[in-house]
Amino acid sequence: MVLPVLVLVAFSAIIPLMTVVNYSVQDTFGNNEFFWVGTEWFQELLTSERFHNALQRTLLFSGLVLLIEIPLGIFIALAMPKRGIGVSICLVLMALPLLIPWNVVGTIWQVFGRVDIGLLGHGLAELGIDYNYTQDTFDAWLTLIVMDVWHWTSLVVLLCYSGLVAIPEVYYQAARIDGASRWAVFRYIQLPKIKRVLLIAVLLRFMDSFMIYTEPFVVTGGGPGNATTFLSIDLVQMAVGQFDLGPAAAMSLVYFLIILLVCWVFYTIMTSYDNDEIG
Amino acid sequence: MLELDKVSLSLDGEVFLNDINLTLKRGELNILLGPTLAGKTTLMRVMAGLDKPDRGSIRFDGESVLGVPVQERNIAMVYQQFINYPTLSVYENIASPLKVAGLDKVKIDSRVDQVAGLLRLEEFLDRKPNTLSGGQQQRLALARALVKEAELVILDEPLANLDYKLREELRSELPKLFAESGAVLVYATTEPSEALVLGGNTACMQQGRIEQFGSTLDLYRHPEALQSARTFSDPPLNTVTLSKGKEGLTISGTSQVINLPQQQLIAGKYTMGVRPHHLSLEKCSGIDIEVNGVVTVMEMSGSESFIHFNFNGNDWVALVHGIQNYYSGELVSFYIQPSNIFLFDALDRVRNHNSVEATK
Amino acid sequence: MASIKLHEIAHCYNAGKGAGVDYALKPLNQSWDNGGAYALLGPSGCGKTTLLNIISGLLRPSEGRVLFDEKDITDLTTEQRNIAQVFQFPVVYDTLSVAKNLAFPLQNRGLANDVIERRVAEVLQMLGMQAKANLKARGLNADDKQKISLGRGLVRTDVEAILFDEPLTVIDPHLKWQLRTELKKIHQQFQHTMIYVTHDQTEALTFADKVIVMYEGAIVQIGTPEELFEQPKHTFVGKFIGSPGMNVLPCELQGSDIVVNGNKVALGRPVSVSREDSKGLELGIRPEYVKLSADCGIPVDITGVEDVGKHIVVRSKFHNSDVNIILREGEGIPGNPGLIFEPSKINLYQNSYLVGTV
Repeated sequence: MVLPVLVLVAFSAIIPLMTVVNYSVQDTFGNNEFFWVGTEWFQELLTSERFHNALQRTLLFSGLVLLIEIPLGIFIALAMPKRGIGVSICLVLMALPLLIPWNVVGTIWQVFGRVDIGLLGHGLAELGIDYNYTQDTFDAWLTLIVMDVWHWTSLVVLLCYSGLVAIPEVYYQAARIDGASRWAVFRYIQLPKIKRVLLIAVLLRFMDSFMIYTEPFVVTGGGPGNATTFLSIDLVQMAVGQFDLGPAAAMSLVYFLIILLVCWVFYTIMTSYDNDEIG
Repeated sequence: MLELDKVSLSLDGEVFLNDINLTLKRGELNILLGPTLAGKTTLMRVMAGLDKPDRGSIRFDGESVLGVPVQERNIAMVYQQFINYPTLSVYENIASPLKVAGLDKVKIDSRVDQVAGLLRLEEFLDRKPNTLSGGQQQRLALARALVKEAELVILDEPLANLDYKLREELRSELPKLFAESGAVLVYATTEPSEALVLGGNTACMQQGRIEQFGSTLDLYRHPEALQSARTFSDPPLNTVTLSKGKEGLTISGTSQVINLPQQQLIAGKYTMGVRPHHLSLEKCSGIDIEVNGVVTVMEMSGSESFIHFNFNGNDWVALVHGIQNYYSGELVSFYIQPSNIFLFDALDRVRNHNSVEATK
Repeated sequence: MASIKLHEIAHCYNAGKGAGVDYALKPLNQSWDNGGAYALLGPSGCGKTTLLNIISGLLRPSEGRVLFDEKDITDLTTEQRNIAQVFQFPVVYDTLSVAKNLAFPLQNRGLANDVIERRVAEVLQMLGMQAKANLKARGLNADDKQKISLGRGLVRTDVEAILFDEPLTVIDPHLKWQLRTELKKIHQQFQHTMIYVTHDQTEALTFADKVIVMYEGAIVQIGTPEELFEQPKHTFVGKFIGSPGMNVLPCELQGSDIVVNGNKVALGRPVSVSREDSKGLELGIRPEYVKLSADCGIPVDITGVEDVGKHIVVRSKFHNSDVNIILREGEGIPGNPGLIFEPSKINLYQNSYLVGTV
């Protein structure tokens, strides 16, 4: 009964993973001849400036994106109606950005931001603002962040909304009777009740933004220079572009371990919440 | 017959069931009485096979049913929340267990009609559950359980979500409904009065343990421990600490002597328990124990009055017939027949067995 | 504290939508005195919660005006009405401690810190929760959470009224007793206007000075617990109050006697039912006032006996009617039992309404 699942997991996850591990501890001179180098790639990687820069850029990106998307998502969820025809309309509007394929999202913004033909780029140029995401680092970052916010805030909104809708009406009634201000209602009723859903939202957004590849690649290709070369882009450059399998394999393993670590931290926090609730 | 032997269950360090030993016979209503979180629901889930105990054995009609999945046991469960299939009509709801068992249409029809008649649901057969009132929905859940002809029927506080009056109605109907099914019946409740009305046997549960098990009336009149006496008391049991010394039994901290048979009692602390309706405003006989206190609150409920008073620092309540008029702060005296007093020792075990004889 | 007046109040949940006016609350007028303890008693769906929410302002009535101390406050919001309401399910602020939960309504109204502290300490003592004052509300059990809900309703001393919506439903029987008595003591001490909604008659009758019995959106009778018990104005009230409720037997007027299925029943007083219209007559007598005697009285078949500890309920059948009798603990059932009704406690009903006597 469990065999098909095992086979599937084996093929899609375990075997490829093992292959990567294999590559990460070996080197080659070509001609498919490999020899053991132990942890050499890992050592080289963890001391390389290139890796650290890419890691910093990725962490900065994730941090900025979370900082904007989470509060914005909560705010929009709070503003959405809970009853009536407005509910369906809002839900559909929120779902739309999430349904677009990621490379299409990238392409949309790539064209949108172009100075010659893009609505945004050309418009800003007409207004006299100096904006060019292919040449200016700040503009490139700005474009990527705005694009991500546009693309993914809806996820936070939908998750928070589902949490808010689950709060029984009687809590709001009691708060009104207690004379609580709008802020107090948010702080003491809504926020505690959506804590777990919010945690899931933060976890999902962090993971996705940490692994981000398609959209920035389509828009900036990692440029200008390596200003927007995130870990994933760097990894692909190494593996596919330079065909450095060893270092690439080592890097992907380190990448994988970082994400695993973050997940474990979140898991521990969430289960400690569970214990609080039961006790 | 359902036999549980040394059944225990713990989760994450918390003990839910502690050394449960029970023998439940078929055809009798077995009641689990205790406060919320006493372990009633956990015990019933273990009986049904929904949860596995850490230790102990469970045998049904002599055969072990430990580890047998619940689908293979012939069980019916009724919950506090009215659980019915919302998209099926009343008829289809009642017929569902029979369809699963593979009976033919004619048999299903006659069984459904019979059970619907017993529960007075005949006129609602083609309605959906959400168009029925709370009482009717619960009767539908009961019908589904009854039609299954299960060997073990478990009812987890089924009347708790119903109005007071509906509860009264259904309570009288329940024993008759399941009497002929010949199954082992288990019924959980937090209300002592419900247990008394239903009769049968009762197990007093507290913190995962069974304090006492026996015929309901017997348990009520002859509790073996302070906890059983308390669980079975509504309004709460009146208690006061006594000390046995040279002068006999005195109320701790005073010199008031309580004249009770006390030959076998050793020196030490005891607890005296009296049920509220055994406090009388009139003296019946010379050996009545007198209790004096100051009235704190009066509650009138139509035909009876609850007089709350302070007796030696203890909050006592008396249930007397008729409307009484006492003011807060007034002095009041009550008289108790010695045969109505429970005496518990320092380990909360009952020490006298001269309680009122049950009217059989 | 305030006196509350309801002027031509009625409520329709689907007002203005389509044909047919379905009143959840039929038009009514009602006055409540300042400082009284009242109970709204009735089965589910009778409109009692609707009425309570109209008083608190959580619901705006389709028709009519609400007055506090003769001031029309129908247009005021809940916060502006200065009332406290305790709900059926515990409502606590999870992230705050017990003490902070109780302080919350006072802080929102900008009271001084020392006043708040003193009041919170008083309420903690009332509820017996001093030991748990600094525990986070989230980890407590349902009983404690409901006590906190109750406490938040009681912590404000200047409220116009305190409204309770079936607050003891989730509480275990033992604690229910304690809390009920606490509420009664609090009412005695502070004399707040308190309105208590319930379907449990014991709660209603023990708590309130006056009980308002409701059925299907209308008020059926208002009276003290004693009045409702001895002289229910409608057979519904008679059956609803009392456990078991009043026995109702169809009867006839023969000459100047009341006859139940051929058995004469002594009333001990003149009957004031018009002879021309004596249909739909019923006799109502409470199980507490029915006695069983051997070989005399109305013969019945005993169908069941329930020993409830403090008394015994005997169920019997007389022709097509069920008659319940309450016997004291220890009383026995005689052979060949017959019913004897206490004459002064018999009520006569015509078309379900109480017939005046003399």
